[in-house]
Amino acid sequence: MNLAWKDIVNNSGRFALTTFGIGMLLMVVMGMAGIYRGLLQDATVLINRIDADLWIVQQDTRGPFAELSRIPPSMVYRAAAVPGVASAREFVFHTIQRKHRGKLLRMSVLGLSWPEDDGSWVPLIAGRHLRQSHYEMIADVSLGLGLGESIRLGKDTYKIVGLTEGMVSTGGDGMAFTTFLDSQAIQFDSPSEAIRLERAARDNRGRSDELFMRQPQLTEQLTRPAGDLPAISAPSISAVVVKLKPQSDPAEVAALIDRWEDVSVYTREGQEVLLVQGIVDKARRQLFMFRVLLTIIAGVIMALIIYTLTLDKIYAIALLKLIGAPNHVILGMILQQSLLLGVLGYGIAYLSGNWLFPAFPRRVVLTDGDLLQLGIVVLVISVFSSLLGIWKAMKVQPNTVLNG
Amino acid sequence: MQTRADNTADESGEGELVIDTVGLTKIYGSGNTEVVAMRDANMQVRSGEVVALLGPSGSGKSTFLTAVGLINPPSFGQVFIGGCLVMDGSRAAVNLRSFRRRHIGYVFQKSNLIDFLNARENVQLAMQLNGMSRSAARRRAMELLDTLGVADRGEYRVAMLSGGQQQRVAVARALANNPKVILADEPTAALDSHRGRQVMELFKGVARDFGAGVIVVTHDHRTLDVFDTIYEMEDGQMRRTEAEQVRG
Repeated sequence: MNLAWKDIVNNSGRFALTTFGIGMLLMVVMGMAGIYRGLLQDATVLINRIDADLWIVQQDTRGPFAELSRIPPSMVYRAAAVPGVASAREFVFHTIQRKHRGKLLRMSVLGLSWPEDDGSWVPLIAGRHLRQSHYEMIADVSLGLGLGESIRLGKDTYKIVGLTEGMVSTGGDGMAFTTFLDSQAIQFDSPSEAIRLERAARDNRGRSDELFMRQPQLTEQLTRPAGDLPAISAPSISAVVVKLKPQSDPAEVAALIDRWEDVSVYTREGQEVLLVQGIVDKARRQLFMFRVLLTIIAGVIMALIIYTLTLDKIYAIALLKLIGAPNHVILGMILQQSLLLGVLGYGIAYLSGNWLFPAFPRRVVLTDGDLLQLGIVVLVISVFSSLLGIWKAMKVQPNTVLNG
Repeated sequence: MQTRADNTADESGEGELVIDTVGLTKIYGSGNTEVVAMRDANMQVRSGEVVALLGPSGSGKSTFLTAVGLINPPSFGQVFIGGCLVMDGSRAAVNLRSFRRRHIGYVFQKSNLIDFLNARENVQLAMQLNGMSRSAARRRAMELLDTLGVADRGEYRVAMLSGGQQQRVAVARALANNPKVILADEPTAALDSHRGRQVMELFKGVARDFGAGVIVVTHDHRTLDVFDTIYEMEDGQMRRTEAEQVRG
């Protein structure tokens, strides 16, 4: 006869509510681990998808994800000329926040090196990849944009031709893929009035400069767009992504490029380490602290619940002792209830988490390893939380029945 | 294990000596706070015999019962059950819990059933704890409940039984392992006089039919005709009384 189960059936309503409460608590603990894994996956999804062997970024920066990086577009040609390099292409990446359909829309725009790169490495769930050099966009579903929908960014309107899923930046913002030139247009878009004022100011400065006085034809150049003035325009790409030839050694090529004094170079693994140790590390530690705290709280609550359940049947325990029930029968009853509480709570946490987590604004990833780890922790706290109840049960004297 | 030499059935046809207490004394506290709850209590009960233990509140009846029931050890004296020494002063000569399980049945005044089990399970549990298989224990539990007239309440939760039915179930549980001894502490206190008499007659019946020695602590003088022997306690002192004298 299973006394633990008989007692639970007798108090089924209260036990169900208690288990549900524990389940919700464990779901939060489970979610904390899931959020961390989600951060990690979000941080590395782009690096993994782009599948570059080397990343060339601005000297001494940890770009383009961990910090801002700016290098000139000509770096693509320099990189392509390095022995062992199969291909090199521009990487433009920036986050914008614009108004669309009356709401703020935050997205990370990634420029594709058109026409070599039409975004075919981006997994689509609907639509197609890019087919023209301008005004087309592939968007992550998390942005809420529909296939065929148009979105105005700056002075141009872009049509959503493809939808992808799970492509988010390290900040969790959905990504949008355009051609490299379109992404620059979106990034460096300035109001017409600002452009006019800047050109006028440039013209005024030029007129008072001795060089321009001696060569008046130069002043004509001053009114051209800034991007058309290589000598004064700012470096305009974030990084160069390099694919190596199959027989090339990434470390060897990286060492070669690293000798250049205007750039830094990272391997794919190096870029991942930068992200995990930089962007995700503090969040990881913060989440870990929360997990530990919540696990302790869950343990304390479970211990109190088991203790209360034990107190509720203290008379029955005394009676069991009186009629000669061995200690292991009484211990087993309390321990089984504690384990059942933990196991059912864990099950509820798993089911409710799987149901609720997809609705969270950021990705929550439940890995087998984390689930197993939490399962073991739950078993351990179930055993430990039963100790208080067991201690109380062991203290009860059979003659409590007579006083009862 | 030390045994008592004269516990066998005597020549007059009386049953074997199942309970024998020698000089049981219980002292609580020490020094100025010392209280002697029971002093030099001696009692012999033979199998099939039903003994009443009378006395006012605080006279030491329950102290005696818990000492004989191996729940609360005496300070001095010896307890023999079935001829075996089980308590020698405050020292246990046997594994008390195991001994209680196999040889002693208890019935108390208040509900003494496990509330999260039904009537049948309460009886069945006592036998399963003693090593009987589940199916055999279940079968015998139903037989006992049938004997006591509550078989139709077997699947009822304790809270759904009347006071009298609960006492019958408790008696069935007390009988479950064919104990040598049944101890009852004011088992009719919560019952009306009619039900009270029924329960007392029940003890008489089970003592006769099952061969157990029964000690019943009671205040109810209306049912004294049921008992074979009567002991009285006052201020911790026990004395045997002629039944006619008390009834008269």
